[in-house]
Amino acid sequence: MKKIEAIIKPFKLEEVKDALGEIGIEGMTISEVKGFGRQKGHTEIYRGSEYAMDFLPKIKIELVVPDQLLDRAVEAITKSAKTGKIGDGKIFISTVEDAVRIRTEERGSQAI
Amino acid sequence: MIKRTIIIAAMLGACCGSALRAEDTNAMPGMAMTNAPAAPTASTSPKPDPAGTATGSSADAQDAAGNHFVVSEPTALSGDDQKDTNKVAAYAIAKKAFDDYTAQARLEPLAVKLSDSVGHNRVAINFMWTLITGFLVMFMQAGFALVETGLCRAKNAGHTMSMNFMIYPMGMLGFYLCGFAFMFGGLGGIGTMGGYAGLNHEITWTIFGHPFGILGWKGFMLQGAGYDTAAFALFLFQMVFMDTTATIPTGGAAERWKFSAFMIYGCCIGSFMYPLFGNWVWGGGWLAMLGSNFPALGHGHVDFAGSSVVHMQGGVICLIFCWLIGPRHGKYDKNGKIVHPITPHNIPFVMLGTFILAFGWFGFNPGSSLAGTDLRIAVVAVNTMLASATGALAATLWMWWVRTKKPDPSMMCNGMLAGLVAITAPCAFVSAGGASLIGIVSGVLVVESVFFFERIGIDDCVGAISVHGVNGAWGCLSIGLLADGTYGDGWNSVPGTVRGLFYGGGMGQFWAELIGVITCFVTLSVLSFIVFFIAEKLVGNRVKLEDEIEGLDVPEMGVPGYSGVVMDKRYETPMPKV
Repeated sequence: MKKIEAIIKPFKLEEVKDALGEIGIEGMTISEVKGFGRQKGHTEIYRGSEYAMDFLPKIKIELVVPDQLLDRAVEAITKSAKTGKIGDGKIFISTVEDAVRIRTEERGSQAI
Repeated sequence: MIKRTIIIAAMLGACCGSALRAEDTNAMPGMAMTNAPAAPTASTSPKPDPAGTATGSSADAQDAAGNHFVVSEPTALSGDDQKDTNKVAAYAIAKKAFDDYTAQARLEPLAVKLSDSVGHNRVAINFMWTLITGFLVMFMQAGFALVETGLCRAKNAGHTMSMNFMIYPMGMLGFYLCGFAFMFGGLGGIGTMGGYAGLNHEITWTIFGHPFGILGWKGFMLQGAGYDTAAFALFLFQMVFMDTTATIPTGGAAERWKFSAFMIYGCCIGSFMYPLFGNWVWGGGWLAMLGSNFPALGHGHVDFAGSSVVHMQGGVICLIFCWLIGPRHGKYDKNGKIVHPITPHNIPFVMLGTFILAFGWFGFNPGSSLAGTDLRIAVVAVNTMLASATGALAATLWMWWVRTKKPDPSMMCNGMLAGLVAITAPCAFVSAGGASLIGIVSGVLVVESVFFFERIGIDDCVGAISVHGVNGAWGCLSIGLLADGTYGDGWNSVPGTVRGLFYGGGMGQFWAELIGVITCFVTLSVLSFIVFFIAEKLVGNRVKLEDEIEGLDVPEMGVPGYSGVVMDKRYETPMPKV
């Protein structure tokens, strides 16, 4: 099992969700986060004073997939989240030790 | 514990005292009859009319031009006066008018009797006008509350709102206990509401042979001479004006002012901070008398609805408090450079509040005629409206085209309010063009003033110093420039209409306004220092740093303003790079 963490632009969420649905992935967790990479922030001005908006809003998607779906999942996310402009985001992949479905107490790949 | 016992005992004592105390009510033949009331002497004070059954009579019946229906007998000329041919001729004309009237009155007694009702109705119209416009001004408390809370952060919403809420009763009670007596105790006749002249004790100093009214001393707790319907109507109207001043500093000093320290200020504002200067301008005191004392000073310090009495007083108190309490944590770094402006949490509140204020101003300015029968109120209302519009537009364009390249919602609102503040003094004395111009200047002035105070390190959360203080001063000075001479005959007992520099009035009016403005600044600065110092010694003015960062709602008020709403407190309060 592999865990995918994808940081994407917020308005791309629906597209990514649909793209993952097309390859058979129906479950994920999302959170609203703030961050920056090489994009940096920008300055705004309020009542004559400049201020930096360093942290930009992003969406983080976390999902756990069976090994055989990993490459197709990453490709689906990449294609649907890309705009070609700076700030598109990043995907991180890690290995998951185990998983449990709470309702049935199934473990392992049965659980995801 | 002991402090609280003392406070509660004092409040109960004041209420009991107010209920039980009997003041002299020297009887004098009632106001009802034909001649205009003679000036009351100390021993024959006019009889107060608490039931309203003796107020308003034929003495109040007059035509549009102010000519009274009842003609009174002219005072006989003294030996010296009889040598002056002008005075002899004037006396002859007045005596003939009186004789004609007396003869006609004898022929038509029913008409004379009817004129009592006519006069009463005129007075009733004026009572209603004063009270209803007063109610409109009371509603401005809601406007101020929304504007100030909207411009501050969400984590302090409960605290900011609470200060705006409690200032209403606190200011009112101070004004009731003694503030009204200080401010209007020496006013003399309440001319538009029946002429009751029982508030007739003004402490006056004679300096170089001229009378300088300093403080009133009658009508405490609306007792005795104060228990009269006209006095009550005047009290309500003037109280809501005082509360407008009172609520100004709560905006500037918000987000770091201890609620207990604020309450101490609340005790002081209505009871003495506001009434002192108020007496000098509106209570028949020395600033109003500048014109009759010194012919070179026009009509003395003129202020129709309170640019100096209300707004500048509030602005100066706000300036001193903001300066002494220090800026909010995180706003400036160690070098005083602004690190991160603290942005408003609710712009809809700010704009809704501004609309409520603009609406309430229709009570504030036109109501200050104290007479629905003074048709100049139409001009006053339109001038008020125009200045609000040009103020808003000028501020918006100045920000957008000149300063920051973006139209700023908070400045749109500050611009409208600045225009309203500035027109408050001149509204009855200028033309529509003059009013519009005053608004344009205030729109630019408020923006530059806000930037100035930010630059010098005075953190004013809402721009109150600039809106009320700076533009209050500008409003008064503009009378000296733009009063066009179409209104104000006899203002402050100076014959002739009020006329500014650009309409052939010379510099006199301008100097009188300037003296008033400087006096306001000095007096309120001193009083603010005193009150701030007292609060500092008793409870300390500034909250603890960790409370300020966390948000004042829970530590100071016990409950969040927005329960269940997730707030990004770290983002709201930037941490300066140490």
